[in-house]
Amino acid sequence: MADFGGSDLEALRSEARAWIEANFPAELKGRPNPMMREERSTPSAAQEAWRKAMGDKGWGVPTWPAQYGGGGLSASEGRVIQQELGRAGAYNPIGGMGVMMFGPTLLEYGTEAQKQEHIPKIVKGEVQWCQGFSEPGAGSDLAALSTKCEDKGDHFQINGQKIWTSGAQFADWCFCLVRTDTSKKHEGISFVLFTMHQPGVEVRPIPLIAGNSPFCETFFTDARAEKKDLVGPLNGGWTIAKRLLQHERGGLSGGGGGFGGGRGLVELAKHYVGVDDQGRIADPDLRTRITALEIEGRSFQQTAVRAMLESKGNSGPSAATSIMKNAGTQWMQARHEITLEIMGHQGLGWEGEDFTAEELGAVRGWLGGKAFTIYGGSQEVQSNIISKRILGLPDLTQHT
Amino acid sequence: MAVLNEEQSMLRDAAKSWTQEKSPVTAFRKMRDSGVEVGFDAAAWTEMAEMGWAGVIIPEEFGGSDFGYLSMGLILEELGRTLTASPLLASGLGAASALVLGGTSAQKSEWLPKIAEGTAIGALAVDEGAHHAPEKVALAATKSGAGYSLSGTKTFVLEGLAANVLIVSARTSGKPGDKDGITLFVVPADAKGISRKRLALADSRGGANITFDKVEVGADAVLGEADKGYPVLEKVLDRARAGISAEMLGAAVQAFETTLDYLKVRVQFGQVIGSFQALQHRAAKMFTDLELARSAVEAALTAIDNDSPDVPELVSLAKAKMGDVFHVVSNEMVQMHGGIGMTDAHDAGFYLKRARACEAAYGSQSYHRDRYARIQGY
Repeated sequence: MADFGGSDLEALRSEARAWIEANFPAELKGRPNPMMREERSTPSAAQEAWRKAMGDKGWGVPTWPAQYGGGGLSASEGRVIQQELGRAGAYNPIGGMGVMMFGPTLLEYGTEAQKQEHIPKIVKGEVQWCQGFSEPGAGSDLAALSTKCEDKGDHFQINGQKIWTSGAQFADWCFCLVRTDTSKKHEGISFVLFTMHQPGVEVRPIPLIAGNSPFCETFFTDARAEKKDLVGPLNGGWTIAKRLLQHERGGLSGGGGGFGGGRGLVELAKHYVGVDDQGRIADPDLRTRITALEIEGRSFQQTAVRAMLESKGNSGPSAATSIMKNAGTQWMQARHEITLEIMGHQGLGWEGEDFTAEELGAVRGWLGGKAFTIYGGSQEVQSNIISKRILGLPDLTQHT
Repeated sequence: MAVLNEEQSMLRDAAKSWTQEKSPVTAFRKMRDSGVEVGFDAAAWTEMAEMGWAGVIIPEEFGGSDFGYLSMGLILEELGRTLTASPLLASGLGAASALVLGGTSAQKSEWLPKIAEGTAIGALAVDEGAHHAPEKVALAATKSGAGYSLSGTKTFVLEGLAANVLIVSARTSGKPGDKDGITLFVVPADAKGISRKRLALADSRGGANITFDKVEVGADAVLGEADKGYPVLEKVLDRARAGISAEMLGAAVQAFETTLDYLKVRVQFGQVIGSFQALQHRAAKMFTDLELARSAVEAALTAIDNDSPDVPELVSLAKAKMGDVFHVVSNEMVQMHGGIGMTDAHDAGFYLKRARACEAAYGSQSYHRDRYARIQGY
């Protein structure tokens, strides 16, 4: 790549370093991103100032086009910004579904007016989005969705129910798949946008086995969407939805990160199980299984690196990317399972002072991790996709 | 597939077209049926050597091209696809690595040019029992005049019957299991006192047991330092392990692709069996595992080329992962082909047998998981 490692990058690095130093409030250093927490309290003045600074600069989404407020940088320049934020102990205050999924999709499929209206607010972190996709009767078979959308002349009227709507209780707007033609399956789906702040929208958080409520049920009773907020053609929403899901799955594989946090399995095992006179984990069966899992995880990381190098090289898109969601999520779940096994009775704590934060976190992580192989396309749907698109096997499920 | 430079791309393309045209699986079948004792086709080996493949990791001053281990891996991967039997791994990678890493200049001058041009075949005589255990050396090298006298037996020496020169690990002090006290020797395979016995193996390759009965060698036969051979041996073995992992990768990928082709043509219940989800998801899982294994194998070969300090752990990672995946894929190859897959007329059995032989060579998955854990300090 022409700009890779060049002197321009170093100039940008100095600029970013100076800018972060001038704008990042010292009191937030090393603090977690408040957006990552489920119980969102009112942001502090410092948090607000940091969001505003990053939003105005466009560096929360460094590679998005500058004409909509984004950073306008190349991928390698974007990485410099990321590295410098990490170096300063600063979180990126611009995130959520708008950044991960909706923004990239709208940039591809939206009209100029739609981009002008919605992208800058995502860039500045002013509007949070939620995803109205799954329904009680349309999970893995997403195209079976039935939330009805009727043309009322000057607007659309929406009736129905969505489920597993992540963060709906904090969302300002929804990008939603709706049925606009009941005579066809995939070709009767449209992609519309509407505000969550209206009387026809009701949100109920769903308590999960992990004790938290990251997902909601969302009910629409004569909810209203404006005509200008239809993305793509009427009944042409499925193509856009598939593209959006690619953005979602790319973000869910854990390919970029997800390996940090807490001690490694080996350290945990040495602590909870002990070592023999040669320094090996005392339980040989557990040691073997930990090793196999370590090898699996490392080969996954190696694949993430390889996919990145291949996509930069001249060999075209890497086939390796198609496997990342299943490989990554299954590995993470297995890791959670063995973590509890290593902790034994200490890995059963629900709350209270008898357990360390690490132990309590392990239990919640184990349960919360059950979502990994279900959301964003279950592992079975991912296997269908590999079978059909990569391996060229016949498709019985259609349009996965 | 790793990002390749120009010479690597050319090498891979040459290996691909040669194996597809000159050495398809039918050639392996013909070799097996011919009962040729050395376990490979000499004419095919001559062609391979003429293309320079035996010298890929050998420095130019000794007649090689010094293209490195990833390059060698690309060739071995293509050979693995068609199960091409040849001494490339044992000689051009194993014995050549020993000489390059530890040989005296006299040893290098004597053997490397011949190995590079394929006129001499080298082999690693390392193991002595049913399992790979390079420190469990009992074969004794006792001082004899100015040199040594070697007595003992080496087992499962790959290409041991065809070899002209053997790299032999011998005990000069201590007891079997000690890493200290192992010395490596360069011994001509026709030396007096050496007797070789061909092993008839399930995978039809050229393995042999080799007995040393008071084999007299000079002090100049020592490769590296007396009593301190183990660290060199480990480096040599890691290169052989990475190389055979590349061959395993090619074989496993081909086993998978052949099976995938069959899923698209075999009709039962009025439809191709590849339309059944029970088979599709197993195919998707195999594809996933093959991608992970490819990353591990290429990372190990690249680490060797970069002389990276984490070569041992990356090699054990690759051999362990690749060994598991090759078993799954070769077993599924038989299962998904159904009855035809059990017949000798079909190729599936060749891949199944080769997977077992590759597992045993230079350490099984179990050996390498244990080694990986030890290197990581647990």
